[in-house]
Amino acid sequence: MSSAEAFARHLAGQRLRERIFRASTLAAAILLLLLLGGVVVSLLHGAWPAFDRFRLAFITQDVWNPVTNRYGALSAIYGTVVTSVLAMILALPVSFGIAVFLTELAPPWLKRPVGVAIELLAAIPSIIFGIWGLFVLAPVLQESVEPWIDGHLGKLPLVGALFQGAPYGIGFLTAGIVLAIMIIPFISAVIRDVFDTVPDVLKESGYGLGATTWEVIWKVVVPYSRSGMIGGIMLGLGRALGETMAVTFVIGNAHQISASLLAPGTTISAAIANEFTEATTPLYTSSLIALGVLLFVITFAVIAAARLMLLRLGRRGLASV
Amino acid sequence: MIHEPRRADSNVAGGSDAGRRLSEGGLNLKPSGRVHVPDSLDAGSPGRAVGEASVADPVFSCRDVSVFYGAKQALKGVTIDVARRQVLAAIGPSGCGKSTFLRCLNRMNDTIPGARVTGTITLDGRDIYSKRQDVAQLRARIGMVFQKPNPFPKSIYDNVAYGPRIHKLTRSRTDLDELVFTSLARAGLWDEVKDRLGSLAIGLSGGQQQRLCIARALAVQPEVILMDEPCSALDPIATAHVEDLIEQLRASYAIVIVTHSMQQAARVSQRTAYFYMGQLIEVGDTDRVFTNPQHRLTEDYITGRFG
Repeated sequence: MSSAEAFARHLAGQRLRERIFRASTLAAAILLLLLLGGVVVSLLHGAWPAFDRFRLAFITQDVWNPVTNRYGALSAIYGTVVTSVLAMILALPVSFGIAVFLTELAPPWLKRPVGVAIELLAAIPSIIFGIWGLFVLAPVLQESVEPWIDGHLGKLPLVGALFQGAPYGIGFLTAGIVLAIMIIPFISAVIRDVFDTVPDVLKESGYGLGATTWEVIWKVVVPYSRSGMIGGIMLGLGRALGETMAVTFVIGNAHQISASLLAPGTTISAAIANEFTEATTPLYTSSLIALGVLLFVITFAVIAAARLMLLRLGRRGLASV
Repeated sequence: MIHEPRRADSNVAGGSDAGRRLSEGGLNLKPSGRVHVPDSLDAGSPGRAVGEASVADPVFSCRDVSVFYGAKQALKGVTIDVARRQVLAAIGPSGCGKSTFLRCLNRMNDTIPGARVTGTITLDGRDIYSKRQDVAQLRARIGMVFQKPNPFPKSIYDNVAYGPRIHKLTRSRTDLDELVFTSLARAGLWDEVKDRLGSLAIGLSGGQQQRLCIARALAVQPEVILMDEPCSALDPIATAHVEDLIEQLRASYAIVIVTHSMQQAARVSQRTAYFYMGQLIEVGDTDRVFTNPQHRLTEDYITGRFG
């Protein structure tokens, strides 16, 4: 065999390997789409009996009664939204503070330990947050914090209704706090990373004009990293919406809508996790799957909204600089 | 000819160690004007600069200023004055400490973790590193222009208005407009941007962006302007624009400019300081430094033997 032939064979082998490589990456990508499609189809298929039976009432009615076999998801949707919003309200300022501290203010020797601590917090399994919330946080809230909230904030005009009621220890407030602690690491890590991408020259020109750290953060760093921050916030929100285990421990699992944050309630994922083993009738099972569809839709809507916001920001030329 | 460069030091540095070392400084000026220098430049031998480090009624007065980045010493005992209504050019090869020196003057080194500054720097006689000094306030009195044009991702108008807004320099929208317009005019940019003040600053050319950054610095009404290689990212025409501007600004401001280009230093400055390996080697009237350098290292650099 001449050397020219050997080289031709080598080239042919190279081409083949390249083709296999390309085909396998394509296959991996297609597999993902197929899986996603399969999930959607099987969810819809499983949820169909419930949707067919209750129609729009499934999302507008606040009934969840396995005895009479009537199901409406409103209380679960309400609980999901309330706990997530509460978690965002609590987590955002803290995460922002952590990110600012880590990127602008922390002395170098403190940066790494705090950064690692945040990553560790993100790695704690949610069930641990759940038992901690139930056995440690809930009693504290029940005995000292919630009575105070009821006694003081409960008397406020307009917003008072949010803070009135018996201190159960478990409920929307507890779930919101546990969720906030769980999403803080995610949001602060993402915000820290986007803050780190702001060019030093830009920050320095702010400092050079005599701006304080606060002014540089607020008027230079934040506008520059707005799109990345939205990404981090949405990541946190997505996690809060879907979080199951920890919430199931501390939400109280009551299918009810209460104005008060101190009252027990339920969320979509908590209801599914709690009741799957008890779902004895086909309609009950189907209703739980329908809950899953709703969660899917809500999460999808959040991501779509984030994308839309980023697009609009990009068009204004702010996301790209 | 022998200069007596550091007589004035003792009253600034007082009885401090720095002052004592300065007055003992082992300068060895021969009548020929050429100085004998040992081949090695040891760390921690301040006050060795040749030439006229002091001026009457300085804006900045630096005495034995050293800067450390962690364990590394980037600036070694620099003693120099900055005169009013004059351009001081800092030249020297890369890594010689000229930018570090510039960043001491508005405490920009404070923003770098692990940076430490020793010695004294006074602005109008007040120690800018004193504990009572408000850093933001200090920087508001000192405009800074950077190597790369770095406008904020905002409109042209908002870039210039940034400083006046955070310092609340103006009381009404009309006053702010006035300040923004005059700052743009002083930076020689007004005619080019007056019809598009609302558009994003990143749409401007590099040279225009740099003049916008100068306008942004002027809008805070500083006393001194620091320029860190302001033309290194600009083409020759834009460079000429900026140099003309420096010439005009000199009438009202003290300017310190760090530059890689000796031609630029010769064109725009009245005094030149040559830095090498963290030390101030020679400082004096620009004409004198370029035509009759007194230190061998200065001569090597300006004749292009290295650097």
